[in-house]
Amino acid sequence: MTEPLLEMKHVEKRFGKQTVLQDMNLTVYPGQIIGLIGPSGAGKSTAIKTALGMEVADGGESKVLGIHLPNREVLGRIGYMAQSDALYDSLSGRENLKFFAQMKGVAKDGMTAAINHVAAVVDLTEDLDKRVSGYSGGMQRRLSLAIALLGNPEILILDEPTVGIDPALRRKIWAELNNIKASGCGVLITTHVMDEAELTDRVALLLAGKIMAFDAPKALEEQYGVPTVEDVFLKAEGAEE
Amino acid sequence: MRAFAICKRVLQELLRDKRTLALMFVAPVLILFLMKLIFAANSTTNVDIATVGVPSSVRTELNDIKHVAVHKKATNRAAQKMLTDQKADAVVRETSTNHYTIIYANTDASKTAVVKQAFKAALAANGVKELKQTVKTLSGTVQKQAVVIAKMQAATAKASGQTATAATPSSTSKQAPSKKAATVKIKNHYHYGDKDTSFFDKIVPILMGFFVFFFVFLISGMALLKERTTGTLSRLLATPVRRGEIVAGYMLSYGILALVQTAIIVLATVYMMGVEIVGSLLAIMVINFLLALVALAFGILMSTFASSEFQMMQFIPIVVIPQVFFSGIIPLDSLASWVQNIAYILPLKYAGDAMNQIIMYGTSLIHLGPQIGMLLVFLVALTLLNVRGLRRYRKV
Repeated sequence: MTEPLLEMKHVEKRFGKQTVLQDMNLTVYPGQIIGLIGPSGAGKSTAIKTALGMEVADGGESKVLGIHLPNREVLGRIGYMAQSDALYDSLSGRENLKFFAQMKGVAKDGMTAAINHVAAVVDLTEDLDKRVSGYSGGMQRRLSLAIALLGNPEILILDEPTVGIDPALRRKIWAELNNIKASGCGVLITTHVMDEAELTDRVALLLAGKIMAFDAPKALEEQYGVPTVEDVFLKAEGAEE
Repeated sequence: MRAFAICKRVLQELLRDKRTLALMFVAPVLILFLMKLIFAANSTTNVDIATVGVPSSVRTELNDIKHVAVHKKATNRAAQKMLTDQKADAVVRETSTNHYTIIYANTDASKTAVVKQAFKAALAANGVKELKQTVKTLSGTVQKQAVVIAKMQAATAKASGQTATAATPSSTSKQAPSKKAATVKIKNHYHYGDKDTSFFDKIVPILMGFFVFFFVFLISGMALLKERTTGTLSRLLATPVRRGEIVAGYMLSYGILALVQTAIIVLATVYMMGVEIVGSLLAIMVINFLLALVALAFGILMSTFASSEFQMMQFIPIVVIPQVFFSGIIPLDSLASWVQNIAYILPLKYAGDAMNQIIMYGTSLIHLGPQIGMLLVFLVALTLLNVRGLRRYRKV
């Protein structure tokens, strides 16, 4: 296989005395969708923050696109979407996109085209000039995803992108993620929704800061002898306690 | 480049928030206007004084003083009643010759002060009158003496003229002051403003700085707090933007806002309220711009210690109000020295000083080096702290 887009090796992260991540190994290759699942408080968001270099690992090493983290410049090549929508309410969708495009360093002459492209991807073209405060929850989520897609990122890191989204839209987002994957981009996605985990190429099961299993959903189901990823999750969690 | 984009975005957001804009631009003018009304009314204090057994000469002198009305009462009880009925501000009673007892209502310090001054002035005027009288009679005797001395002078001229020369000037010198006292005229010239210059004019320079500081501190702190709580700050930090660029973008936008605010306040005070500004407007702008940046850096720093808008408001009594007390609105010279020293750690003091100098004395910026220097020290220190503080959210 080619060089991994994201590589975390034996990563450890502590806040004070509390160890949040221990010996975490995770790789994302081009053309892969990696799911990160785990109960609340398992350290998913911390894992994502460390993968972005916003938090510094206390041990081990993490690399994005072959560059050691933390590194500021490489952030321009990552598409990141946080759990909260994090939009500027008083600005229109277009103004939000333009602002973040500027922050990401999208070239000026290609900016309008880039904005129109990502807006079309999330189906917001018609509502682009409305203020975000008038958007529905689903529209805000889509705009948030559009921002993450700006600047043709080589890897997407999405923290619970489908929370509070209706099934039709969820399908659409997954269709888009598969398109992105097909274009050779890697995706790291955290989720609570277990049937979403079935759609990923590999699932990392994070429990109490440790990766309990990291394999294709089918392989995991066989390994645990259960029919769904949800059962794998429950079984693994039960074994932990 | 990114700093400009952030600046543009912050301004865009603010322009759509009409109420906040109105707060920044209209509220200061409104408050200044109200203060002007209040302090202008305060400049004429009328007092009523009840007198018991005070000599008529003193009474007339007292009554002649502007804004003082004298009510003669026969008994102490009647006078006291006036006081309790709030019809008199003080009761003056002569207990024995040249011994006066004054009871002040003292519900209004300025009225008490006026009564004190008026009574002193009346006594002094009365004293001068009596003095004139005695001087007149004295000069009569002196003239007689002079005649005697002249005779003696003639008699002792051959022996020595020393005593004579010593005596003659003394007689003339005694007459001279009484003549001069009658013709004294004072002409008033005002270095700043005119005879209507009031307390309001004195505090305008400081208030100007205060408004800039207060609003920029509060609104920028809130804005950054909102960025933090809605998650836009961490999203911003997930892009390659430098931490310094975020701080710079904020500084630029709020600096522009402060300039507009200052312009409005200056225009309103000069043309609507008739406050005289001796120095240059440009200098005022420069100082306010600097102060706005300090306030912004302060606001951003404080917002990191607040977890909600309400907690941000709690900084007002801690951070903003003390600065008002020590900014020079209340003269600091009379305070204990350790209290005075507190002022030196408050940025508003330096800005207030500088504004005072510019507006009242026309001092140029070149001579305000220490004040500007201190503001710059605050600015650099707070900015560095902020850039450093953003590390909490992103490590690079």
